Amino acid sequence: MSILVFVEQRDGQVRSVSREALGQATALAATFGGPVVAVCCAAADPGLAALGEAGAEQVLFAQHEAFASYDGAGYAAAVAAAIASVNPKVVLFAGSSMGRDLAPRVAAKVDAGLATDCTALVVDGGKLVATRPVYAGKALQKVSFPGAVALATLRPKAFAAPEAQAGKTAAVSALAFTWDASAPRAKVTAVVGASGGKVDLTEAEAIVAGGRGMKGPEHFAMLEELAGVLGASVGASRAVVDAGWRGHGEQVGQTGKTVSPKLYIAVGISGAIQHLAGMSSSRCIVAINKDPEAPIFKVADYGIVGDLFEVLPALTAAIKQLH
Amino acid sequence: MLQVVCIKQVPDTETRVKVAGDGRTLDPAGVTWVMNPFDEFAVEGALQVKEKAGAGEVVVISLGGAGVQTTLRNSLAMGADRAIHLKNETASPDSLSVAKALAAAIKELNPQLVWLGKSASDDDAAQVGPMLSELLGLPCVTVAASFALEGTTAKVEREIEGGREQIEVPLPAVITCDKGLNQPRYPSLKGIMAAKKKTIEERATDLGSAHVELVALELPPARAAGRIVGEGAAAVSELVRALREDAKVI
Ligand SMILES: Cc1cc2nc3c(=O)[nH]c(=O)nc-3n(C[C@H](O)[C@H](O)[C@H](O)COP(=O)(O)OP(=O)(O)OC[C@H]3O[C@@H](n4cnc5c(N)ncnc54)[C@H](O)[C@@H]3O)c2cc1C
Ligand SMILES: Cc1cc2nc3c(=O)[nH]c(=O)nc-3n(C[C@H](O)[C@H](O)[C@H](O)COP(=O)(O)OP(=O)(O)OC[C@H]3O[C@@H](n4cnc5c(N)ncnc54)[C@H](O)[C@@H]3O)c2cc1C
Repeated sequence: MSILVFVEQRDGQVRSVSREALGQATALAATFGGPVVAVCCAAADPGLAALGEAGAEQVLFAQHEAFASYDGAGYAAAVAAAIASVNPKVVLFAGSSMGRDLAPRVAAKVDAGLATDCTALVVDGGKLVATRPVYAGKALQKVSFPGAVALATLRPKAFAAPEAQAGKTAAVSALAFTWDASAPRAKVTAVVGASGGKVDLTEAEAIVAGGRGMKGPEHFAMLEELAGVLGASVGASRAVVDAGWRGHGEQVGQTGKTVSPKLYIAVGISGAIQHLAGMSSSRCIVAINKDPEAPIFKVADYGIVGDLFEVLPALTAAIKQLH
Repeated sequence: MLQVVCIKQVPDTETRVKVAGDGRTLDPAGVTWVMNPFDEFAVEGALQVKEKAGAGEVVVISLGGAGVQTTLRNSLAMGADRAIHLKNETASPDSLSVAKALAAAIKELNPQLVWLGKSASDDDAAQVGPMLSELLGLPCVTVAASFALEGTTAKVEREIEGGREQIEVPLPAVITCDKGLNQPRYPSLKGIMAAKKKTIEERATDLGSAHVELVALELPPARAAGRIVGEGAAAVSELVRALREDAKVI
């Protein structure tokens, strides 16, 4: 009973979220007893043999010149062909922008159940049970799969990437699949970097997020400085995004991004339920707020009650001193 | 040109979650139901395309119990022309079954654009749109952050990690909407009056067997109580120490 993992690449680089999926696949393979097989779509081999270091035994390489950029329909045809070929028990995708787009297409193609944005996968009595946050994180839904194959996307950062097994290689073979690239399709014409090469919020190890308490867009320079010394990305509440102080890509919460960094520092954010929905699975939460009754303190591991305009510079200075 | 908008009715985000007696579903007592916030962008997107073209029809469609008619009526008040209610009272359809039922109804309408939200704010599955596109055999762009129609080609942008994809997609196509795509309108008084005369066609709908089974709905474990390390800038040194030595995150 093999476990299949869709491994994503962009610009010839395998993305780290796929290593998290491979790590989880290895854990499942220990129970289901099958090999971990990866499938990757690309125009040229991004160094797939090295996926052995992350736990893949075999890699199916779906090569197509149109796969230089993401193509949902084409990738889905390839992954469906991989499923038909290896007959896996479970198929895992990273819950990235690519995985979220691709997995439902594959599920429809192979007529299988899919659980998205999972934060835990366990095997109970021989059956896979997936846990996923619902109702804005106010509840956890556990689902199982009556069919022969189960599909799941994994919330980025919710699963640890495995230790690299240095020097281990995977056997790479070409995957045969049929897909008509000349049929009408959604074509990526360009990828423009909006966040200037910065780490995306969903994959950041640390996030410093600002709310309405920041008082204006000009003060976000202070947050950026703290983010700089921490190696963190900057996030924002919806109040801030709706006011036009920051771009939508930085919004954390139910109608923004769901993040699970190691460290989340909420500055001048009250902690509305819709904001908590996007960040309450963070490992360590710090809140800085002048109102001791702010709901954010209920989920924070550490809080400082005070004026952020005094606390922020002091915090940045203190962290600078550590280095 | 005919456009379809798929609308899901969801519990308001302020809803207090109580698990029902079956241990697997939401206790519906006291829940306020609203249009999925992302579907408001979908309705607005379709209305803007129609207004620009100066002609066409916007058909809204929702699968669910009798209650969804309130939400359908609301989208008619925003300006949609007519509604289809796929009636199904069972509380636990899975996304693929829903997509199949929607696909069957949409196929016969032969739309140029099918609009959905990027995900439903209750179970946040984000599945129905891309599933529908595969079932209908139409190209699809998910999580659209901008949309412009030029002739029979749509130019769409979607956010990806660290950037934006610019995509061209020929019609007919399926689009799922992100926040920020547009500014959804509020129904006008005139719209609300007009909506009363518009039709909601009811169709009994069978969902077939589920592809996913609910095992349990649980409240998340409470986070271990945190602590206020202190007040003002004076507390910073203790915070940094705790982050470094106790939490080991810096
Ligand atoms: C359908 C729906 C979806 C939503 N989705 C999201 C979402 O995705 N993300 C999101 O964030 N919100 C979302 N919201 C909005 C949410 O309900 C809140 O309105 C929003 O999160 C508030 O943002 P805030 O905390 O920045 O602002 P406020 O609630 O105004 O909080 C500002 C905080 O700053 C503190 N403060 C002020 N000055 C200082 C100072 N000098 N020093 C220290 N602290 C200070 C105040 O004490 C206060 O706690 C959504 C709402 C709805 C209805
Ligand atoms: C086993 C199981 C049990 C469930 N039990 C419950 C339950 O008790 N109560 C409950 O509320 N939900 C329940 N659900 C979830 C839910 O009813 C379906 O999964 C849902 O209808 C499919 O939509 P989604 O949330 O997956 O949509 P998403 O894929 O997140 O939604 C994307 C978009 O699809 C469209 N869309 C989605 N659903 C509909 C619809 N019904 N009609 C028209 N357009 C739609 C909308 O445009 C929406 O923005 C259950 C799901 C499973 C798997």
